[in-house]
Amino acid sequence: MTVNKQYRFDHKVIYDLIPTGNSVLDLGCGNGELLSKLIRQKGVKGLGIEKEFDLVAETIARGVPVIHSDLDEGLAGLPDRFFDYVILEKTLQAVKRPLFVLGEMMRVGTAGIVSFPNFGHRQVVLSLLSTGKMPVTPNLPYQWHDTPNIHLFTAKDFLDWAGANNVRIEKGFSWTGSEIVPFKEEESALAEEILFVVSREG
Amino acid sequence: MSDVLNVLTDKTPKKFDGPEAPCSVGYVSPRNVRLADEANPLPLECGKAIWPIDVEYEIYGGLNEKKDNAILVLHALSGDAHAAGWYHDAEELGRPWLAKRPGWWDSMIGPGKAFDTKKYCVICSNILGSCYGTTGPSSINPETGRPYGLRFPVVTVGDWVRLQERLISCLGIERLVSVVGGSLGGQQALEWALAYPDRVASAIMIASTAWLTDQGLAFNAVSRKAITADPGFKDGDYYNTIGPDQGLSVARMLAHITYLSEISMHRKFGRRFCNGDRPGFQLEADFEVEGYLRHQAESFVERFDANSYLYITKAADYYDASAWGGGDLDKACEKISSKILLVSFSSDWLYLPGHMKKLALTLGRNRKQVSYANIQSLYGHDAFLLEVDKLTLLVRNFLEGGGQIDSK
Repeated sequence: MTVNKQYRFDHKVIYDLIPTGNSVLDLGCGNGELLSKLIRQKGVKGLGIEKEFDLVAETIARGVPVIHSDLDEGLAGLPDRFFDYVILEKTLQAVKRPLFVLGEMMRVGTAGIVSFPNFGHRQVVLSLLSTGKMPVTPNLPYQWHDTPNIHLFTAKDFLDWAGANNVRIEKGFSWTGSEIVPFKEEESALAEEILFVVSREG
Repeated sequence: MSDVLNVLTDKTPKKFDGPEAPCSVGYVSPRNVRLADEANPLPLECGKAIWPIDVEYEIYGGLNEKKDNAILVLHALSGDAHAAGWYHDAEELGRPWLAKRPGWWDSMIGPGKAFDTKKYCVICSNILGSCYGTTGPSSINPETGRPYGLRFPVVTVGDWVRLQERLISCLGIERLVSVVGGSLGGQQALEWALAYPDRVASAIMIASTAWLTDQGLAFNAVSRKAITADPGFKDGDYYNTIGPDQGLSVARMLAHITYLSEISMHRKFGRRFCNGDRPGFQLEADFEVEGYLRHQAESFVERFDANSYLYITKAADYYDASAWGGGDLDKACEKISSKILLVSFSSDWLYLPGHMKKLALTLGRNRKQVSYANIQSLYGHDAFLLEVDKLTLLVRNFLEGGGQIDSK
């Protein structure tokens, strides 16, 4: 199943974040749209990893290099700190081994960019409280049994992981439903989606 | 959906595009050219040199004025230059088995097909050491006036590619749009990208790897032993006699098993008996799979030379792309400047998907333009001839995809 990815803000934010000429690995690159833009317009050296055959074929059609592989198998074969940026755009919540995948991202990249739907968003929490059922929102449109999002988490969950693993949050952005604002932990319940730029401490 | 597998029916029907079909290249004829003579022999990797060499090749679609629309197709172990289209005169050519079927990759080559002959000029040549029009062990040795037999030198994938380069140069082509092959043909495509990086814009390797596994070497060793142990082999000097037909049969039967998968064999044969639904309690072939292998072997013996089988399997054994980096595949990959597409098949246990993925990652960590796709298939190694729809999608996207990026 293909993860529902509405690139309402991530594409633009990620595009702007990545400097011209950098090397980029896009984990779960989908149809290669973002990499294609980065390669064409910013001279980025890009590589995608994607597990869906049809999306691999679409990425190839864009002339973007892509390797057909499952992120849960890791990135063995790619050297440490090989890429300037490694992107995990609304993919982490859909993998089987999220911490392993995050570890691999931090290993092969100098910096990581992670975006995800925030399960701590108040609309999600209210939906759960008021209906007593797993939340179905525009951002999380699936039923409990057919969702590809098998590891949902909140902004605070992610920050806990970062704190415990010597990962520094370089930047954070929230999508509030109408605008992109800098991430603030105390206002994280207002964020539908979140994007962090991370690097290793020290 | 990527998870859908092509399910084999109990006997896979063979559907061909007839010579009159709009997507067929129609009737074709092989051509022949001398590419090495006494003044210009071909130096071989083994240290010897050989002349004369005649090469059989075929061309589909037209070469444009700038001669920059050519794609070279590379065939596998038992293949020939007849990759697409039909022969009018298969009998006269001495290849009656080709009277009722088109070239081996006809499903991929033609107007509107993956290798679109409206756009590209597709070339395929027979490899050195084969028995389909290019010089090989059954050719006349000028020193003795008799067939070479085992006096034929050991040839390699590298030798084949250097000979193909002569053909391409002879046709006036400076740079190829792509080189493509499956299995042993895929290794030739890789060799092209390593040996002539400036002369190939892209390379497509299908159901292939940078080298054969030890398991693969072992199968080939058994195949060759079957041939050389046949009393009819006579040290390779069997021309004009019956020859090692039994040995070649066994070699083909063994090889055929490695081209299929357990599931594809099950779907095809399902432990059925040749006659009726109970065992015949006899030692002769009683299961359908036995009959099938025997049929494959018999038709192969009609069309292939046992000495060629020895030489070509040996070339497959020796191939090791890492030789370009002194045994280091990373170093070898540095030489590549072409765009690369690698395709494997999930059930291929002869040329493993995992090895292809490793090659993709090796190219990737050397900052090469590489894409890799693993097609879910039940067909085993043979999938490279059968998974036409998915291969067509990948090949077309790959060949056109580069254009998109270049143009912006």
